[in-house]
Amino acid sequence: MLLLIARMVRACLFVAVGLASLPATAALDAALVHELAFGESDAKIKAIGTLAANAAPETAALFQALLDGNLQIAGQDQVLLVNGDTAIDVATGKAVKPLPHDRDDVVVNNRIRKQIDTAMATLRLSAADRAVRLGAVKQLQTGATEEMLPAIDRALEKETDAEIKELLSLTRASVQLTSKDKAARIAAIHAFSESNNPSTKTLLLGVLEKSGDAYAEPDAEVRAEAEKALRAVDSKLATGDMIGRVFSGVSLGSILLLAALGLAITYGLMGVINMAHGELIMVGAYATYIVQNQFRKYAPGAFDAYLLCAVPVAFAASALVGMALERSVIRFLYGRPLETLLATWGISLFLIQTVRTIFGAQNVQVENPSWMSGGIEAVTGIVLPWNRIVIIGFAGLVLLAMWLLLTRTRLGLFVRAVTQNRAMASCNGVPTRRVDTLAFGLGSGIAGLAGCALSQIGNVGPDLGQSYIVDSFMVVVLGGVGQLAGTVYAALGLGIVNKFLEAWSGAVLAKIAVLVFIIVFIQKRPQGLFALRGRTAEA
Amino acid sequence: MMGASFMPLAPVAGPRLLRLLSPGGWSFYVAAAAVLFVAFPILHLVVPADSALHLSDYWVTLIGKIMCYAIVALAMDLIWGYTGILSLGHGLFFALGGYAMGMYLMRSIGHEGVYQSDLPDFMVFLDWKKYPWYWSFTDHFWYAALLVVLIPGLLALVFGFFAFRSRIRGVYFSIITQALTYASMLLFFRNDTGFGGNNGFTDFKRILGFPIAAPQTRMALFAITGAALLGFLLFARWIVTSKLGRVLTAIRDAETRVMFSGYNPVYFKLFIWTVSAVICGIAGALYVPQVGIINPSEMSPANSIEIAIWTAVGGRGTLYGPVLGAAAVNLGKSWFTKAFPEYWLFALGLLFILVTLFLPRGLAGLLARRKTP
Repeated sequence: MLLLIARMVRACLFVAVGLASLPATAALDAALVHELAFGESDAKIKAIGTLAANAAPETAALFQALLDGNLQIAGQDQVLLVNGDTAIDVATGKAVKPLPHDRDDVVVNNRIRKQIDTAMATLRLSAADRAVRLGAVKQLQTGATEEMLPAIDRALEKETDAEIKELLSLTRASVQLTSKDKAARIAAIHAFSESNNPSTKTLLLGVLEKSGDAYAEPDAEVRAEAEKALRAVDSKLATGDMIGRVFSGVSLGSILLLAALGLAITYGLMGVINMAHGELIMVGAYATYIVQNQFRKYAPGAFDAYLLCAVPVAFAASALVGMALERSVIRFLYGRPLETLLATWGISLFLIQTVRTIFGAQNVQVENPSWMSGGIEAVTGIVLPWNRIVIIGFAGLVLLAMWLLLTRTRLGLFVRAVTQNRAMASCNGVPTRRVDTLAFGLGSGIAGLAGCALSQIGNVGPDLGQSYIVDSFMVVVLGGVGQLAGTVYAALGLGIVNKFLEAWSGAVLAKIAVLVFIIVFIQKRPQGLFALRGRTAEA
Repeated sequence: MMGASFMPLAPVAGPRLLRLLSPGGWSFYVAAAAVLFVAFPILHLVVPADSALHLSDYWVTLIGKIMCYAIVALAMDLIWGYTGILSLGHGLFFALGGYAMGMYLMRSIGHEGVYQSDLPDFMVFLDWKKYPWYWSFTDHFWYAALLVVLIPGLLALVFGFFAFRSRIRGVYFSIITQALTYASMLLFFRNDTGFGGNNGFTDFKRILGFPIAAPQTRMALFAITGAALLGFLLFARWIVTSKLGRVLTAIRDAETRVMFSGYNPVYFKLFIWTVSAVICGIAGALYVPQVGIINPSEMSPANSIEIAIWTAVGGRGTLYGPVLGAAAVNLGKSWFTKAFPEYWLFALGLLFILVTLFLPRGLAGLLARRKTP
């Protein structure tokens, strides 16, 4: 609706400007206007192209009038620009009064309409607003014809913006590619080979296409050039692809790392198999959701800062839930891993249903703060989103914090002592039960942080945790129990391998291949990538 | 670990088969057979539908389904209760058996599908022109029946060989089997895998020429399932009371000591693991024609863990316990999901927690305690 109004306003504006300026310059080529009004479709289309290339100031008004049905013909050769009860003879620029009775609309079919749209885009190429120019050149990419080349050339000369310039020269090249002149075609192909735009590949492939025995491109020399260009484009695309894939692999790896780090403590260090770990991740994500809502309600101005506040809240929420679980259930099952597995699975069902009851079964919306939306464009077509970059950094920070905590603090020392020899640690006065609770809380809190991070890139729903639990256990199993370094390598390795396989075989088969790989790998190294050595390995 | 010694070998003299159960056990067994093969068919087929004693279709399907689950729980007891290996992959074997039977049932639909093609509807939908190679011969019932046994059996054999050989045990094994199940579920969800993707197989028309929805066919399937349950109960009892069963229990309680005594646990574990998987596959094959649908959600990790809880609720290492457990949990489930659908997960979750904390020997433990106060 709005669009329609805008179009009408614009149309009126164009007509008004056109009407005002027509008498002064009358620079429209009368012959072309005649063609446009009286010619056959083909002639009209040619005339539109040439008019657009000449780019007289009134052209836009003329085209708009044609689209709106305000361009009418009268008699044998009179072309009128009608506006209500007044009309102007386009050829002479003089007002015609009274309106002739034998007026008739200029016939416009869809083909002509499309050509006019494209032609008007060439006119907009000289607009002052960058966005308008960009929109115009994008429109031209598909519809430009040879007649518009001069207009494109002129725009190319004046254009200062790199992106638009690139698109313009591409458009120019793709028009040239259909030219009858061999040199022009070769020049077009050269232009393609220098471009970073992935769409050139399809155009080049079009040149090399073969239907039956006849090539789309009759000239062998041009074909050879096209093949050379295709190779250049391919290698550029391959580089971009590689960057994109490594990035998404690292990104997936960082997510796996966050999900698995908590497990590395609860399972890896404490030997507690916590099937509710995924649900602790979910608790963190919902905590983030609640913080977001509170900010939206009470401090909309500081909305962008909600995430910073959500991080500690998510940690605390999951850590508290985790500690409560340890005190109430898991404590009684130490040393009975299979029972722990079942009981924690029960807990996970319980948590899922609780969240469903409170928040509903549907996914909830967690918005990125504005500083996390968008991304940096590494190569043309490969955008690295900010939210994923932030999460990679966040995973690194969490890892660092955890390492410092385990190696540099008293609690970390206690955790390691209890892990290595519970009885001896207890004899030396370590409060083992409290350490258990705290360590479990720490692992759960990190799950909460993972949930906070995940809420920024995916859906937040009651089933959120279920989709990560198998993967994060795989990371811990592959990395080796009791080793942080193993977890890190396993997470990043799995992430990258997964993404590369995905490109080659599709997401599901990649996942299956990775699982099979892990099963086979454990054949060779049952203790994981980084095995503990010595006595602790047997404990 | 809990001992299984409270079901000692019956001291009665006589042939081995008769000694499998105690005299009391045998009387229960015969009574159960009488109910399944005489009482239920009469109540369903002979007693008129408006009588209060009539056994409705709903109950026939439900009890048939529960008997399939009970067979699975029995298989789980062999591997978990007696050998101490918690498998989270039994849902996979169950579903594979079901899919093998489902392939036969799909092909016996014939031209009566929505598209009236030679091929099942989902293949027409994918624009496939002929059956993929792994569907060949599945129109023969006996070949499909062979697949029901072979597919889960071979998968378990190969997977188990590699897993047990590299001494993957305990929780590791559970997680790996869960990953296997999960991966298979993803695989079966794909349309291109050729098993109907998301929707799986359904809309069956007939089995061995009999219309699948007719009361007589349903009762026959019901009776076959009951016979399978009773048969597997004896078979499992025969295994666990044999010398082999003794070794399995020893592996559960002290695997290292078994090794030092000169046994190689790998082959014992592999045997019982494969047997257990095959039993599961057969249960799945009996399940599909009665329920009328099989889809990949049967392979979801949650289902496999639920099997473990049936076994735990009933009482591990007792064989009859898991059968009771499967019945109790599933009757509870169908009551709950009708009466309070939103609270079923709460109940199930609590069941997991409470049974592991307070009822390590399950219902069978309660019964045994009542007998010997």
